[in-house]
Amino acid sequence: MSESLTFHYDVDGEDFTSAGQASVQVKKNLRRLGISPDIIRQVSIAMYEGEINMVIHAGGGKADVIVTEDKIEIILADKGPGIADVSLAMQEGYSTAPDSVRSLGFGAGMGLPNMKRYTDEMTIESVVGQGTTIKMTVKLA
Amino acid sequence: MTVKELCEKCNFTAITLPDGGREINGCYIGDLLSWVMGRAEEGNAWITIMSNINIAAVASLADVSCVILAEGVELEDSVKTTAAEKDINILSSPLPAYETAVKLYESI
Repeated sequence: MSESLTFHYDVDGEDFTSAGQASVQVKKNLRRLGISPDIIRQVSIAMYEGEINMVIHAGGGKADVIVTEDKIEIILADKGPGIADVSLAMQEGYSTAPDSVRSLGFGAGMGLPNMKRYTDEMTIESVVGQGTTIKMTVKLA
Repeated sequence: MTVKELCEKCNFTAITLPDGGREINGCYIGDLLSWVMGRAEEGNAWITIMSNINIAAVASLADVSCVILAEGVELEDSVKTTAAEKDINILSSPLPAYETAVKLYESI
């Protein structure tokens, strides 16, 4: 694969029940490209966590997955309220999710830590009142 | 042991079984979805009492061999349909999570 391949998704912020559609689609697309199952699992879980975060906190957003010869980049951008204290948000167990979300099994404060766990690099750019952009990279062997 | 064999041996109920030949390599118990995605290993049987639509996505992305609903928890038809479409095996156990896990441990 000499050129990059980009998959773009709009994440619907209104429909919690369909959250994950973009991640499942990414999984299918990566499988078609012959990417190894371990890498697919890492990328799709990291993306799903990000997708869920955008639904819970930001009213949706945009997701781009860029596949090149040596890496897969995931860029998640939203125009939500932003993250006031990124280092606090990165702590396992810290969550600002409402009870309605917790009752569905989310909001355990594991989303961002999982995204970091399953990717090789992760950067968070967030401005309170303007939005958040998260870039994650998974290296391909 | 495969999911289908476990289902028969333990008298669990198969709610969806599109990939019954999948091997079970262990077990993870949990209801918090991000914990499951962070901790469950590929091929594990996932025991939970969560039954909303999001379990289908989590099971697919975590690539577990099956979901086992403990305590006889029931699924809405829409979740069954989605799970079948995603090739997710879902079993139902009348037992609590711990006893379900013990049965599974004794079987595999």
